[in-house]
This record gives sequence, structure tokens and C-alpha cells, in this order.
Amino acid sequence: MRDGIFLYGHYVSVQIKSMMQYKKSFMLAVMGQFLTSFNTFLGMFFMFQRFSAVGGFTYSQVVLCFGIFLMAFTLAECVARGFDTFSSIVRKGEFDRVMVRPRGLVLQVLGSRFELSRIGRMLQAVVMFIYGMRTSGICWDMPRVMTVVFMVAGGAVLFFGIFLAGAALCFFTLESLEIVNIFTYGAREFGTYPVGVYGKHILRFCTFVVPYGLVQYYPLLFLLGKREEVWRMFAPLLAAVFVVPCYGLWRVGVRRYQSAGS
Amino acid sequence: MKKYTSFFRLRFAMGLSYRAAAWAAVSTQFAWGVMEIAMFQAFYQAEPERFPMTLEAAVSYVWLQQAFLALFAAWMLEAEVFESIKDGNIAYEMCRPMKIYPMLFVRALAMRVSRAALRFGPVLLVASLLPGAYGLRAPQGIDRFCLFLGAMILGVLVTVAFGTLVYGITFFTISPEGLRLLVTSAMDFFNGAIIPLPFFPDEMRKVMEVLPFAAMQNVPLRVYSGDLAGAAAARAVILQLVWLAVLVAAGRIVMARAERKLTVQGG
Repeated sequence: MRDGIFLYGHYVSVQIKSMMQYKKSFMLAVMGQFLTSFNTFLGMFFMFQRFSAVGGFTYSQVVLCFGIFLMAFTLAECVARGFDTFSSIVRKGEFDRVMVRPRGLVLQVLGSRFELSRIGRMLQAVVMFIYGMRTSGICWDMPRVMTVVFMVAGGAVLFFGIFLAGAALCFFTLESLEIVNIFTYGAREFGTYPVGVYGKHILRFCTFVVPYGLVQYYPLLFLLGKREEVWRMFAPLLAAVFVVPCYGLWRVGVRRYQSAGS
Repeated sequence: MKKYTSFFRLRFAMGLSYRAAAWAAVSTQFAWGVMEIAMFQAFYQAEPERFPMTLEAAVSYVWLQQAFLALFAAWMLEAEVFESIKDGNIAYEMCRPMKIYPMLFVRALAMRVSRAALRFGPVLLVASLLPGAYGLRAPQGIDRFCLFLGAMILGVLVTVAFGTLVYGITFFTISPEGLRLLVTSAMDFFNGAIIPLPFFPDEMRKVMEVLPFAAMQNVPLRVYSGDLAGAAAARAVILQLVWLAVLVAAGRIVMARAERKLTVQGG
């Protein structure tokens, strides 16, 4: 385990070093990442210039929600980008090389990509979080702080699971499925607003199928003091269980894998 | 002229061959549309009196936008073209017995139209079958529909003309990534891809509506539902014509300059 962490650290440092060889294109990538989610923010900002609330949430509450959700997403994307681009690893036959090495497969794929450029988006998420934190009138006690930590951690694990499942599907289809983007990038866009806002059918989907609601909507209500049940605080931990079936799918895919590419 | 039409046909046929990608895109766009409508509906339910268009108009805006995404999307600026301008491969294209401006224009047009041709049918079909507030209504009246078609053609031409102008400007930079980033996010923001222009505050909207970006998807998508009608629609369509002329002229001038002093970097 310690050995694995050390190896992963090594992978990351190599990646960062190589990125720093092209500082200008790195800066541009940072800016690009920032701009895409900044546009989403602007859309929300101007909606609230016109409307005072949506689904009972005010502007600063939505900013807080978006900030936390975006932090979780960005953490996951930063680490799991290797899964997001996994189809090219399979198609080029690089996965064969990964399999013959005496190390864990997941570890190696994770190590193949580390996207430091997501720092641009992370910065935006943190700024939004701080703004939301100070303006949404929450009295910060220990359970609330823990709730935020759980939301970010649980959300990151949930997105990690989605990226992992998306990669696992590549074993069956050899190409990346655009449908997976709905659950990653689409969720990032629409996670701006608490999922309860979208109506009860979508909330149900986001509770029982892909549990975004458990890392966002339910604990958010507790955080904002709209509801007091303590289970809401721990809901994100339940959502993290989502990673188990995703890993199962990955294992099935690996067992079924018959090499591709040349 | 004939060589450009056959070039168009060639690129169009190329675009049509990506069927699997199109099916995947249809499902993505469908999900995207549902979510977007759910969002607008939430705002509508909260404060219907502040909603700047009818809910029905917003719904048809979303569905048409998703169905014809390829026609107007900012990210359809081709990385391949930028790359060939950067690495000098564009010089091969320039050796061909075609003018560079119309060639790039036709190429972009063919790509957008072919991609949209594969996608719009299923999205519109399913959208029109959806129940209640989510469904896409049939167009009201033949004259409005004709105006919609005309505005759509103009909107696509303006989008392509703008994109080709950006390609032209790229000739004067060594690395196009930064320019591409700025242009795509500005386009998304100002042309109503993020939220339709009527949702912006009034003073801001007045400025945005005269920019070339507003002459792209903003006009046809709002004409369809009648959100933009009468004199305002006529003004918008005239503005589309003006911007089309300006952008094409600017694009040709820039491209001609670029051709005259082009230095090929790389071998």
C-alpha cells in the first residue's frame, strides 16, 4: 500500500515535470478550464439578476452548492482523467503493456494522466465556496464543517466511480461512449443548482440510480439549516458506495479483455 | 463555383459517415435538453412574472438548440484547421486551384450541415412527442416557419463567416490555442448558448443584440416560437444580413493579407 502511494506520487511528479516543460500551453489549459466553468457560472449569475430564488434557494445558497459540487468534481477529474481518456489506451493496445507490469491496473491507469491544469477550475470552485460560505448565513458548527468535508469527499468518490465505470465500458465497446459524458460533464453543468430544483423525477433518478442527490441536495438542506435530520450529514458516505459496482464492472471488463490495437 | 459545390459535396459525404457518433450525440443532446428545460421550469415556477419569454418559447428554444447544435456550436471550430495553420500544412491546401477563403468557408459549412443533418431528426421527433410542458410545439403558421428557415440559413452563414474570419486571424499568430479558447467562450456567452439573450438584464441585452454573435442562433430559435416577431424580427434578420456581409468582407481581406505575407513555419 505504502509502496503504491509512493509509486503514484512518482507518476504524478513525472507528469508535473513534463507539463512544466511547456509552461505556456499549461497556462492556456488552466485558462481554458477556468473559462468553461466560468461560463456556467455567468449563466447562473445572470439568471439570478432576474430571479430572486429557485426552488427555495437564493443566489448565495446556489453559489455555495455549485462551489462544493465543483470542488468534488474537479478533484475526481484531476485524479481520474486517465479513465476519462481510457479508450485511447485500449485502442492503441497500451493496456497490454499495463497488464504485464507487476503492479495494480487501476494504479497504473490513474498514474497515466494527472491533470494539474484543472487547478484553474479548482480556484473558481474555492472562490465560489468561500463567497457562498460567508453570505448564505450558515452558523458554522462542527457538524456543518463535517458535512462540507463529507460532501466534497463523497462527491469526489462518486465521480471517480463514474469515470471508472466509463472506462470499464471501453472494454466492451473499444471507444468512449458519449453517453458517459452526461454523467460527468453534464452533471458538472447541471450540478450548479441543487438537484431537487429539477423536479421529483430527476431527483428520484439522482437518489437511486446515480446518487448525485446524496452528495449534494440532501446534505445541502442540512447544511443550510432547512432540515435537521442527522442522516443527511452522512448521506455522502452512502453515495461513496456507488464506487463498488463501478469497480465490479471494471473487474468484469478486465477479465473479458482480449487485447486490441497493434 | 462548380469546384466549390463539389468540394462541399465531398466534405458533406465525409461528415455523414460518422453515424455511430451521431447516435451517441442524439442521446446526449436529448438528456441535455430535458435537464435544461427542467431548470427553466424551476425558475418559471418560482417567479413566472419575471420570466422574459413564455415557457413554451423557452422550451422550443432549448429543443431547437439541441437539435441543431452542430450548426451553431462554438466548439465546432475545427482543431484540424488551426493545427494545419500552425504547422504549415495549410500551404498544401493553398496550392490547390481554389481560393483559400471560400474553401475554408465551404469546408466549415459542409461539416456543420452534415453533422446537423444526422442529428436533428431524432431529437426533434422525440421532443415533439414528449408530453406536457416538455414537448416541442409545431410551428404556428407557414409565414413564421418560412421566416424561421430563412433566419436559420442566415444564422449558419454568419456563424461560418465568423469562424472563417477567426481562421484568417490565426495566420497572424504563431500559436492559436489562446485565441481559440477566448473565441469559443465569448461565442458561447454572447450568442445565447448558455442562456437565451432575453434572460440578460435589459441594458446588457440591448448591447448584445447588435453584436454579430446575436445574428447566429439567437434569431432563428426565437423566431420559431414567435418570441421574436413583427418589426423586431425584421430588424434582426436585416442585422443578420449586414453582419454576414461585414464578416465575409473582413474575412476575405484578412485572408488575402495572410496569403500575401505567409511564411511557412516548419517543413
